[in-house]
Parts: sequence; C-alpha cells; structure tokens
Amino acid sequence: MYRSATYDEPLLNELGDKSKGKPLDMLPPALQRKRTINIPTLDETQIVRHFFRLSQMNYGIDTGMYPLGSCTMKYNPKICNEISSWDCFSMTHPYQDESTVQGNLQMMYELEQMFCEISGMDSFTLQPAAGSQGEFTGLLLARAYHKSNKDFDRNEIILPSTSHGTNPASVTMSGYKIIEILSTKDGTVDLEALQKTLSDKTACFMLTNPNTLGIFESDILEISRMVHEAGALLYYDGANMNAIMGKARPGDMGFDIVHLNLHKTFSTPHGGGGPGSGPIGVKKNLERFLPVPRIVKHKDKYGFDYDVSQSIGKIKAHYGNFSVLLKAYIYILLMGSDGLKESSEIAVLNANYMKKKIVDSKKYDMPYKELRKHEFVVSCEHLLNKKGVRALDVAKRLLDYGLHPPTIYFPLIVKEALMIEPTESESKKTLDEYIDVLIRIADEDPKIVKNAPNNTAVKRVDEAGAIKNQILTWKSV
Amino acid sequence: MKFIPNSANKTVMLKEIGLSDIDELFSDIPKKIRIKNLTLPNGLSQQEVEERLRMLGNKNKTFFEMPNFLGGGIKPHYIPAAVKSIISRSEFYTSYTPYQPEASQGFLQAMFEYQSIIAEITGMDVSNASLYDGATSIGEAALMCTRINRRKTFVIPKNISRDKRSILKNYTNGAEIKIKEIDYDKNTGKIDISDLKKKIDDDTSGIYIENPNFFGVFEDDVEEISSIVKENKSLFVVGVDPLSLGIAEAPGKYGADIVIGEGRCFGNSTDFGGSTLGIFACKKEHLRQIPGRIIGLTKDSDGKRAFCMTMQTREQHIRRGRATSNICTNEGLNALAATVFLALFGGKGLEELARINFEKGQILAKKIASLDGYEKVFSSIHFNEFVIQCPDTIALNKKLLKNGIQGGLLLNDISSELKNCLLFGVTEMHDEKSIARLLSVMKEVY
Repeated sequence: MYRSATYDEPLLNELGDKSKGKPLDMLPPALQRKRTINIPTLDETQIVRHFFRLSQMNYGIDTGMYPLGSCTMKYNPKICNEISSWDCFSMTHPYQDESTVQGNLQMMYELEQMFCEISGMDSFTLQPAAGSQGEFTGLLLARAYHKSNKDFDRNEIILPSTSHGTNPASVTMSGYKIIEILSTKDGTVDLEALQKTLSDKTACFMLTNPNTLGIFESDILEISRMVHEAGALLYYDGANMNAIMGKARPGDMGFDIVHLNLHKTFSTPHGGGGPGSGPIGVKKNLERFLPVPRIVKHKDKYGFDYDVSQSIGKIKAHYGNFSVLLKAYIYILLMGSDGLKESSEIAVLNANYMKKKIVDSKKYDMPYKELRKHEFVVSCEHLLNKKGVRALDVAKRLLDYGLHPPTIYFPLIVKEALMIEPTESESKKTLDEYIDVLIRIADEDPKIVKNAPNNTAVKRVDEAGAIKNQILTWKSV
Repeated sequence: MKFIPNSANKTVMLKEIGLSDIDELFSDIPKKIRIKNLTLPNGLSQQEVEERLRMLGNKNKTFFEMPNFLGGGIKPHYIPAAVKSIISRSEFYTSYTPYQPEASQGFLQAMFEYQSIIAEITGMDVSNASLYDGATSIGEAALMCTRINRRKTFVIPKNISRDKRSILKNYTNGAEIKIKEIDYDKNTGKIDISDLKKKIDDDTSGIYIENPNFFGVFEDDVEEISSIVKENKSLFVVGVDPLSLGIAEAPGKYGADIVIGEGRCFGNSTDFGGSTLGIFACKKEHLRQIPGRIIGLTKDSDGKRAFCMTMQTREQHIRRGRATSNICTNEGLNALAATVFLALFGGKGLEELARINFEKGQILAKKIASLDGYEKVFSSIHFNEFVIQCPDTIALNKKLLKNGIQGGLLLNDISSELKNCLLFGVTEMHDEKSIARLLSVMKEVY
C-alpha cells in the first residue's frame, strides 16, 4: 500500500523570527527602502530540510505513472538535465558576440531542422515559451499572412468543441473572434458544420490531430482542402504529437502552422508547471513572418538575422527557453529516427491496450468510436448514476494506491470524463496494475471512494474554501 | 535503453488487443500521408551524446572563460549549491502543474511561499505563481489595465529595450491598445515628467515605468509620477530589477498597482537568455484580473492546513475564450529556484547582495568615466548598470573581445542619440581581476 511522506511542515516565515529593523542607508531618502524585507534568516541546514520535506510531499514521474491526457507525462532522461546544467551552456549570455556562442547557435539551428523533418514543415522558430504562447504566435503569423494578402476582413478562428482551453484563450488574445463547431457523434470534426462555418471571414481553423478524444481525424485531407479553398489557414495544436512521430506528419496533412510542446512530446521536464517550450513551424509561404532573430548559417558560421522586413517581431525575451530546447535536442539525438517512431508506436499500443482492458471490464463507459491513438477518454457516468461516485472521486481514490489520476472533466463533451494517456514510458506490469486499480475502485464501497484520499500528505483539499476565504500570502495567514 | 519498457512486450500486447502488427494501430491515418521513417540519424548512446555535446559546448565561451559586462537586464549571479540541489529533486522537476493538490502539497506550498516573498519584496498584496519572463509580463500588464478600466492607451518610457517594445506591440495589437512613449531627460536619464503629463489623457489605461530604468538609473520622482497617474485615474505599473529592491523602496510604497520584473537573477543561470522567470504582483483589488496561476491556503477534510490552485475561473482551462490570459505552462521550476535562493539569503542577505551590486556599479562607473575618452552619460544615481559614451563603441568591443572580454551592450539601435553608447552591467560575479583587465584594455584604446 502507498503512503506519502507526511510532514506538518511550517511555512518558511514560521521557521524563523520576523526580520526587523531598517536596511542600511545606501540611497537618497526618496529611493531608500525603509523596512527590511521580511524573509527570516535561517541556516542552510534548516532550509534544505524544509524544501527536501516539501519535495517528499510531491508526486512526479519518478514516483510513478502519471497518465494525464493531452499532457504526455513521459520519463525525463537524466542525461538531458545533466548536460543542460553544464557551464558551457548555462553560463552563456544571450548578448555575447555570436562568434563566442557558436555551439548554442549550432544546436538551435540543428534543432529547427530536426523539427522540420519530424513535423513536415519548412521553417521553425524556437522562441515561444510554451504551447499556448506558440498558439498565440501562430495566430499572429496568420494575421500577418492575411494582411500581406490585403485580406483584411478575416477575423474569425474556427475551433472544434473538443479543443484545449488554451486555443480559445489564444484566439481572444490575438484579437480574433471564436467560432466553435460541434463534433460529430463519432467525436470527430463535423465536415458539414465546418463547410457551413468557413467563409471569407475565416482566418484559421485550429485542430488537434489526433484530437483530445485520442481519435485521429481521418478526414484530414478533406478538411485541409476545404479550409484552403476558403482562403483560410490550417493550424496544428501539437499537444498530441506523441501519437504520430515517424508515422505521419502535420505538414503532409496540409497544416500551415504547427506548434510542438517540448515538455510533452520531447520529454523535457514539466518542472511542476514549467518552464516549457512551444516552437512554431510553418510552410514556406509564412516563413517571412516568423519572429526575429532567425538563426542562419553562412558557410560554417552560425548567426542571428534580425533583418527580416515582414517579421512579426518578438514574442519572448531573447531566443526562447534555451535550456529546455537543449534538453529536447539531447532527447532527439538519443532516440534517433527509430526511437522516436517506436515511442509513438508504443504510446499508442499502451493506450489501446489499457482501453481494451478497461472497456472489457464494463466498469466504465466508452463514448465514441474504437481505434484510439495515444490517449482515450472513458466516462464515469454510470458509476455516478449507480453509486454516486464521480470522476473526481475515482481520481482521488487512485492517489491512495500511489497512482496519479488521469486528466478529469476534459474534453467537455464527455460527461464525468477520465482522459488517460499512459505514454510509452510505462511497462506492461505498471499498466496492468493501473487497470486493476481502476476496476477495483469501481467495485469499492462508494463511501471509501468519496472520502479518498487517505494515504496522501493531506486528505481531500477544500478548494471551494480557498476561494471563499482567500489566503494568498503568509501575511494573511 | 531508450526509455520504452514495452519494446519487448509488443507482440504479447498486440495479441491481447486482437492485432498482429503495430501498423494496424495506424490504419486510421490515410495511406497517402503515412510515412515509413523520419529522415533523421539513428539514435546515439548516452556516452556518444555526451561526447557530442561536449564538442558543441567547447564552441561556446562561458562567463568564466570570457567575462562579460553586458547590461540590458540579464546578468550572471552566484547560485548557491543548495539551490541546484533542491531543484534537482525529481519529485519537483518531474511533476506536472499541481491540478491534484493532495499529491502536490510540496510544490504548492513552495509556490505559496514564492508568492509571499514576491509580495513582500515588491510591497504588493498578491503575486501570481510566475509568467514566462519580465518582457511578456509588460504585455500581460497592459492587457490587465485595459480589462480593469476599459481604457485603450498604454504609456511606456521611450528608453525601453527593443525586445520589450516589440513584445508589447504583439501582446496588445489584438485588444487594439495604443502605445505612447514618454521621453527621457537627456541629462539625468530619468523620465521627463513634463512629457509624461503631455502624453496622458482620459484614455490612458496605465503608465509603465522601469525602476531602475533601461539606462540603469533610479527614478526618484516616483511619488510625483504616482500622483500624476492617480489623478488621471490610470493604473501605475512598475517594472523592477527585483534584486535592487534589497535596498530600493518597494513600489507598493509609492503607489504601484502592478509590479512586474524578470526574476531570473534569483537562483537561475543566464542560460543564453532562457529559461526565465516573469514576476507579476498586484494590489488585492485587481486580483480578479490577474493572469496566470494563483496558489491559495485552505484546509483538508480533517481541517489540516493544505494548499491548492485557486481562482481558476480566471484561467483558460475553465474560462476558455474569456480567460484573463492564455498562459498555461509557466516557469514553475524557475520560481522554485528563486524561492530557495531567497530563503537562503533571507531579507538581510538580499539587502547585502543588493548593496554589493550597487557599490560595484558605482565603483566601475567611476573608474571607467575617469579614463580618457569615456564619459558617464546620465547624471542620476544608478544601480548596477550604467551608460558610457566613447568615440567608437564597435571598435572598443572588438578590441575587448580580442582580449577575452565581452564589453557593454551596444545601444546603437535604441535611438540615434545613443549611437556611441554602451550599457554596462556588473554584479557580485565580476572579480577584481576581470575588472582590472577590462579597464586596462579600455585605457589602451584611447
């Protein structure tokens, strides 16, 4: 049985005395800080123990399976972290003379080329800091493209109802109007609805393929034809790229703009929330709008090119999250062509294996059609009707078994959804254990499930209470 | 070896799901677009990869091989080993966004502590749990101001980095926010207050200043600026070098509504410019409009203290197209590094570190300005960056480079009046030897 380490670990400010007094007078009175910052003076021993204990109350991939749908929580090879911390990379400065950072530039140049090959696109920018910033960048590129065609009236972006929340949020930030279309009863894009919605107002259609139900949009070539015929662009949300590496490429499907999530598909650690990286790839006709600087190669020298007249400019400081890029580059070198392909093959195999076992158990419902890619969505609707057990309860109960729950309540079109993405990192034994636990939970006394978790550092957290009584800093404790 | 344990179980598992070939799992992809292989090299062993990366790394010059004196916001700072040790705990770095609070108490508590410390340093009521970087934080702040007061013009200083200006434009275009620029005083390097008064009107959503500003100069008329902003019923956004707040007054004390900055200086490497840490703090009254994640303190079902993400209805995964921002993945691990760093220094230690940086900045500026041919451009008091003018900045930097030193940041492209100017930066990392070398080469040139 799993038992999380549990400490009643005080807050940092409770570990020591409040800082008192005034800082030394260094600056003229108008500028001088009047009160010392209230962070206690503690010894390194106390601080290390504090954060060490906190780390033990945190679940990572190194703890166990972490099958969050659309998040691709795969193993993070240790070597990637190790190398990216070397001084020769970490102690370089973004404004150093180009001749003194040829290694960094070469890495970024080669990484762009690798991404072009993997995605079937013509050019890449590594600048966006995360997937959602990639989306935003992609939409700015779409705007620049239509503008250059004197096509000023295109102000709508079409999204399927299964899209990630970042898609509509990025649409709003880029000043476009969101047009959402419902999916078919099979869970895929409704071609008729799409055709009706497309017009000379459409700037872009954003699609995740395979979609968030784990279903490959088999009509993709038809979708591409329709979108382009309407004069619009086709955008690829790369959150689910881990399903198709070495099997198919968004570029060949007709996508014009693609983002990749390096903290998903390319195994860079998610870091408890970040840093991530969301490079954007485009077809030739959009290349001239990419952010500056572009990384260029002349003979054997690498350099930055800021002289791109139609570029949208900058989207993030410097050149993107370089340390994340470096980890992804190392990962691709390790995996190679065959390794990347096998990752996707086994990620898909693992998902379909789990799906079959769970569906066969008849404990959970399975909306939408059969063949899945790297993730699948089951519903706890019957469990709710029969026993009053919700997806949230199942998720919390999984924690008692030392397993991280799947994504829950997404996509929105499935009631009481569990969205499971096992990735290629798990062994058959681990998958079998996870399946067994899911089945066991469905048969457990609903009281136990609804009162879970009990084996974690804290019991069920009162999230509503956190909203009602807002305590957001230690000052308000 | 390739992190795919089920390579060996392929056949068994395929059989269990009634298939015989892995390609059957991909039969839903139209044949026309299926590919056999990617045209990439075969995978390398870990040893081969290390060798290759060592070769690549050798083509770079690190700060230790070639000290740099670059200003412009990003500078190396010493990172205590304990910071590296803690952020290398894989319970932290291999975890996802803490959507399941019961399994993420460690990270959640650390982020709550991060928010508390940032609020403390900036003098604000609340902080979020990080944005991408200091530059995108300006974009988010401009959008937030318009959400709060529905006005459509955001005012910024003319002396701002080229990156920030471009990013701000990209962030605000969609919301049709106009950007106006305030000139700086050519002698002091500070904001020209008379120009500020001219640039604001009843459509001004917010006024952004940097303190210290892009020239490294402290804005000491902040009280006056603040009252101009308030009188105009606009919002006051202050961008800081958070390290300077060890000695400089917290913007909350002079009326800031939103405080932003690049927090990379706390426990994070320069990393060729990324990853970074966007600091974003504000007054409680604006909380509903803040972008990004917020961690709150609450209780578990036993009444025990617990932490969770809160006010998620502002965020994209709930509010979708009406979220306050599209940000999802943030810079969590960088925020953790900053938290450990600041815990190690404490309030007193941060003050001491700021003092060292301030003093080094004063001494180096004085020494350079005392050399023939060099002049400190702005008269106002600066922190650890400052602007120097000399006849030929490009030639100087070439000469320095030949001598194994990276000189200051060229300001040629900021504006024509800064054609012969360099922005220097110095920190506790610059030792006497490298400073002496810099000065001796600079002396030789003129």
